[in-house]
Amino acid sequence: MTIASGRPTEERQLERVTIRFAGDSGDGMQLTGTQFTRTAAVFGNDISTYPDFPAEIRAPAGSLPGVSGFQLSFSSTHIHTPGDAPDVLVAMNPAALKANLGDLPAGGALVVNEDAFTPANLNKVGYASNPLADGSLSAYSLFSIPVSTLNARALEGLEMTNRQVDLTKNFFALGLMFWLYERSMAGTIAWIDEKFSKRPVIAEGNKRALKAGYNFGETTEIFHERYIVPPARLQPGRYRNITGNEATALGMVAASQLADRPLFYGSYPITPASDILHSLAGYKSFGVKTFQAEDEIAAIGAAIGASYGGAMGMTGTSGPGVALKSEALGLAIMVELPLMLIDVQRAGPSTGMPTKTEQGDLLQVLFGRNSESPIVVVAPATPAECFSYAIEGWRIALKYMTPVAFMSDAFLANGSEPWLIPDPTSLPKIGVENRTEKAGFFPYLRDPETLARPWAVPGTPGLEHRIGGLEKSDVLGNVSYDPDNHHRMQLLRQAKIAGIANDIPPLDVYGADEGDLLILGWGSTFGAIRSAVERLRAKGHAVGHAHLRYLNPLPANTEDVLRAYRRVLIPELNLGQLLMLIRARYLIDAIGYNRVRGKPFRIVEIEAEAVRLMAELREPVR
Amino acid sequence: MTDLKTAGPATALPVLTRKDFVSDQEVRWCPGCGDYSILAQTQKVMPDFGYPKEKIVFISGIGCSGRLPYYMNTYGFHSIHGRAPAIATGLKAARPDLMVWVITGDGDALSIGGNHLVHSLRRNVDIRIIMFNNRIYGLTKGQASPTSEFGKVTKSSPYGTIDYPVSPLAIALAAESSFIARSVDTHSEHLQGTLDAAGRHRGSAFVEVLQNCNIFNDGAHREFTDREVRDDRTLVLQHGKPMIFGKDRDRGLRLNGHQPEIVTLGENGMTEADLLVHDETDPLIAFMLSHIYWPEFPVPVGVIRRISRPTHDEMLTNQIEQAMAARGRGDLARLLAGGETWTVEDEP
Repeated sequence: MTIASGRPTEERQLERVTIRFAGDSGDGMQLTGTQFTRTAAVFGNDISTYPDFPAEIRAPAGSLPGVSGFQLSFSSTHIHTPGDAPDVLVAMNPAALKANLGDLPAGGALVVNEDAFTPANLNKVGYASNPLADGSLSAYSLFSIPVSTLNARALEGLEMTNRQVDLTKNFFALGLMFWLYERSMAGTIAWIDEKFSKRPVIAEGNKRALKAGYNFGETTEIFHERYIVPPARLQPGRYRNITGNEATALGMVAASQLADRPLFYGSYPITPASDILHSLAGYKSFGVKTFQAEDEIAAIGAAIGASYGGAMGMTGTSGPGVALKSEALGLAIMVELPLMLIDVQRAGPSTGMPTKTEQGDLLQVLFGRNSESPIVVVAPATPAECFSYAIEGWRIALKYMTPVAFMSDAFLANGSEPWLIPDPTSLPKIGVENRTEKAGFFPYLRDPETLARPWAVPGTPGLEHRIGGLEKSDVLGNVSYDPDNHHRMQLLRQAKIAGIANDIPPLDVYGADEGDLLILGWGSTFGAIRSAVERLRAKGHAVGHAHLRYLNPLPANTEDVLRAYRRVLIPELNLGQLLMLIRARYLIDAIGYNRVRGKPFRIVEIEAEAVRLMAELREPVR
Repeated sequence: MTDLKTAGPATALPVLTRKDFVSDQEVRWCPGCGDYSILAQTQKVMPDFGYPKEKIVFISGIGCSGRLPYYMNTYGFHSIHGRAPAIATGLKAARPDLMVWVITGDGDALSIGGNHLVHSLRRNVDIRIIMFNNRIYGLTKGQASPTSEFGKVTKSSPYGTIDYPVSPLAIALAAESSFIARSVDTHSEHLQGTLDAAGRHRGSAFVEVLQNCNIFNDGAHREFTDREVRDDRTLVLQHGKPMIFGKDRDRGLRLNGHQPEIVTLGENGMTEADLLVHDETDPLIAFMLSHIYWPEFPVPVGVIRRISRPTHDEMLTNQIEQAMAARGRGDLARLLAGGETWTVEDEP
């Protein structure tokens, strides 16, 4: 790779940079962001990403609903979030500018494709005048670049249609960013060669676009500085970049291997969970059987059938699908079979905002069934944690013969971070033996310690028995309408789940283990809360952060942890669901911080709320 | 029809009889219910297939029919309303070695579970679906069902239903079920033969059993199933045989253009050679048979359609075996380290 002869530019070292690529949903912004992420990851930065895209596959070109964004933060220190606000916004058209400018702080760098700022495109999104020319962007460092023109010139002579040429302009923008942050193009060039190995002209076009962007940065004089973000000091080992959905799929396969039982995944396509089905469908050499069902109910029904047969039956969906699966989930509770329910939450209610994140399903998953129907609920806190909690969820499901809900969300599912690849031999063995012994077999005779019933799968001679959704007699498992038996069985089902609290780690606290304020969270809000607490502690506040990975049962020490602080703040991307549980369960006057904007929390808002609460504590009582 | 690839080991099995398939549970259907006969015939045919009883599973939904698994001394799963085919699909996918039966009713299969019925049939899941059709909701005490005749007065339709009934066989046919049959609860021998044929079929088998609910829809099928009239009012189908019916076997079905027509043998020079010959593989004949009914026509009973095509579990297993043959058994360490990786070295 040759680069045009350099001119002197300043180099500045930065700890952390956040870039947002925004364009039309057909502009390849997700790909652009992913390529930068890989490059930064391989370089050794800590990274965190946040793809934000519309549900419409191709909304009208240039329209606001069609804007697709990909934000990534890369750092020389350990980071937990994709950044509150971008340092650099790359806007490929007026719609992308309009939709994202509000997030760019004053002084932020704004790189735009000025060719897309035509009267027609400006008009489409309601710009009365061209913001590139009317001075309205004076608060930002504006780099207005004719990306389309420059890119087309770089690709001259290739046998490509104008449309094909235009589709490569995202690589021009990527190349420019590579130059600006002194990144190698080698990884992306290798990717292009592989991706378009059968279409050499297209490969050449994309490579020329990439290099043209890089060289533009090198030769033009509009950039006076380049930035270096040194590698982070991550724990030594081999890493890959991983999204929550990828980690979930891998974790489930690993669980199947560790338990030495085949995995069965029944699922119906639904955003943002479908990628899990796509991944698992490719893992056939691991004996994984996938089933794209006719609906959400059939998906869980088939999973229950598979578990009944001794496999690890699993279904995955998002909130609307959980609603449809509720009755079948009750059946799994009644027949006490292991089952995994993955809920990749999205903004609701109803269809809501399918590609946007929310934590609105907690109460649905905990209680959204008829009668008393407890299940175990685990919730990973980061994309990479989806792997370990998939295994942990299965450990519990198998040991206790119970459905387990695994709660992810759109932010975890699509967001990514570096993952220290585990050695499979270091992973815990999990699982349970099938019952084969005829003597003393009763379908509902429970293990005295776990209260689990035996797993006697069809095909086992001498253990023929019937199960079903009707209430069972204790031990025998025959249909029973006996009032005292029903009461006892309801209590037993409850006690089995509650007892798991003794088999999970205690809730641990980061930061002050007593004092003014504890911030309690669950799920994907981990990064924003942890970062806020880090900042607060750096400023000398007595603040702790506890993050629940188990929502049912709650860790046994939860109440003790909460009572060690004067205030408990519970930030959630819902209107106060964990808050309601904590208040009801412990009579602790916790305070919620609740936003349902379809977006993850920003660090600053949690920090500000914490500061506000602590100031209140110090106010004299009137 | 004796292609029993999954019939288990060929070693000498203990010879089972009906008694082996009777569970210890007291049967709790109403006295006089048609379900007793269906249960008895089901238990009777079970030894025919060569499966040990632990390899046989009955899965049911909700309704009176849903109780049947409790009375079979096999593995059994009384599930939720309409979902038995979905559960059976998962079980059969996970455990191709099992013989799986689904027991359902007209409300369970055609109303709340219509979607699962259609899709399990179109996938050719290797399960036998026995649908008890009494044209009423019995367990909920007498509401109209998807097969209730138009205008029927029931508790939920005091002015008569305004819903047109569906033909279960036509639905099975539209879903391309590879085996479609109909029988009658009280025609013991015919029912037994039909269940036997369904049991020997590989792939989705759908059997409609016309069943009487003597409490909420007594005489549901009496007009053509009663002993005195049934020979004249039902058409017993046999593959490769002309469609003859009647006590004196003097009437038959022929096609006039593309319309079925009843003719009397010997009248107007009609002979057996003029009659339609049943062909279990012919979709047009199956379509016609799924749409003719009493009183315009005798009610066809027997195997309407029987074809052979690969089953869902076979194809699922094949894909896995092919993937393993091509790539070897999955290596978890390699899977986890897939994609682009990088190494962070120890600090010097």
